[in-house]
Amino acid sequence: MSLLDLDYMLGLAPILMRYLPLTLEMAAAGMVLALVLACGLAVIRVLRIPGLNAATLLFISFFRGTPLLVQLFLFYYGLPQLLAFLTQINGVTATIMGLTLHFSAYMAESIRAAIVGVDRSQTEAALSIGMTNGQLMRRIVLPQATRVAVPTLMNYFIDMIKATSLAFTLGVTELMGATQKEAAGSFLYFEAFITVAIFYWAIVELLAWFQRRLETRLNEAYRR
Amino acid sequence: MIKVAGLIKRFGGTAVLDGIDLAIEQGEIIVVIGPSGTGKSTLLRCLNFLERPDAGRLTINDLDVDVTRASRRDILTARRRTAFVFQNYALFANKTALENIAEGLIVVNRWPKEKAHARAREILARIGLADKADAYPASLSGGQQQRVGIGRAMAAQAEVILFDEPTSSLDPEWVEEVLELMKQLARERQTMLVVTHEMSFARDVADRVIFMEGGRIVEQGPPDQLFGAPQDPRTRNFLRKVLATQVSPEGVN
Ligand SMILES: Nc1ncnc2c1ncn2[C@@H]1O[C@H](COP(=O)(O)OP(=O)(O)OP(=O)(O)O)[C@@H](O)[C@H]1O
Ligand SMILES: [Mg+2]
Repeated sequence: MSLLDLDYMLGLAPILMRYLPLTLEMAAAGMVLALVLACGLAVIRVLRIPGLNAATLLFISFFRGTPLLVQLFLFYYGLPQLLAFLTQINGVTATIMGLTLHFSAYMAESIRAAIVGVDRSQTEAALSIGMTNGQLMRRIVLPQATRVAVPTLMNYFIDMIKATSLAFTLGVTELMGATQKEAAGSFLYFEAFITVAIFYWAIVELLAWFQRRLETRLNEAYRR
Repeated sequence: MIKVAGLIKRFGGTAVLDGIDLAIEQGEIIVVIGPSGTGKSTLLRCLNFLERPDAGRLTINDLDVDVTRASRRDILTARRRTAFVFQNYALFANKTALENIAEGLIVVNRWPKEKAHARAREILARIGLADKADAYPASLSGGQQQRVGIGRAMAAQAEVILFDEPTSSLDPEWVEEVLELMKQLARERQTMLVVTHEMSFARDVADRVIFMEGGRIVEQGPPDQLFGAPQDPRTRNFLRKVLATQVSPEGVN
């Protein structure tokens, strides 16, 4: 009898594999939506659009200042109570919503910082040759801001993948939820959770590898 | 022909430009000198609408506007007709030397990319950087960066190129190559308005030297006259100070 039941773990892996897509889908949807929202919020902050700026600050403060788990419960259990037509909100939807709002608050700030960080004299140079504000943004500011923001945004994406595991508290059977069920059936808790840990770890390492390649490409213009 | 009349620019109540009247003939090379904080940069920036003037009239060929009423269109037109060379080069860091020069042609003039790149290559050859087409600004020396900055302005085919202290941020070793390029443009009769502390450049190249102080044009004239026989005591005072500190091999008259 070995310390770890390896056969059990090898048997569990293909089962967990079936739940991997849901985990990745939630993370991908959350990331895309959070990026879009964060860009909007960042633009509001950069341009200091009256009214909206204050609302954005409040939004960011709230979603950074409260735990993601609390936010998920708020959406899953709280929203249906407030909005009668939502008699039941699907756990997956609530998770994506929570991830989107929570991470967009963080991402908005790093996007804003990246935009503001682009050397002001380049902005003037672009305007001086007759570019419009839109052209200036698209051709000069955003490409450079992207390079600055990408490492941070990738880190948030990695955090988000791990955060999808909270969905199991809303009854979603994703990677973590499936592991929990399997473990409860077999009583091999250690094996089950070490297996799922390896799953998350492998995804994150894969992403980190991709991130390094992407950053090398983005930094090409700045090598001396 | 470029003309400004009654140009006024205030920053928080103080008039940094206090009624500037200036007409620039096509092909004319004008050098603006004057003490620090006199409004020289602000004058150039107003011509390009990087600053919004508070009063005045601006004429560039058929564009003729009251600057306070200039529409977005007027501003874009004025910018397309005036090119700017910045003290700190201000190259687009995400673009190669070639792309820096071609950018305006592609985006503003809507040229096809191939045509713009062909033009940019011609300009790179003229500024002596044909072999640096694919280099990014970060890998270029200060002098090379500023030459690309000038190349970008040349590409715009503007009525006038505005130079704001183009050699002031350069290490001394790179100053000469940039001045040489500017002299080459002057020989080709590119209209230029140059703010500089390089008095020997002013004497050798300028058709007209303008001395500014306190937001006004105090005195102007051909370099021989302005340097040789300055009329206003403020001009004399300024020249005495700069010529004392500036070691020029030939001396200035
Ligand atoms: N954006 C601004 N806001 C407030 N004050 C400004 C601004 N830009 C310039 N000034 C002020 O206007 C005055 C003229 O500035 P300007 O840069 O035009 O002078 P300059 O003649 O170019 O001086 P220098 O030789 O030092 O470059 C200065 O007193 C400066 O502090
Ligand atoms: Mg200045």
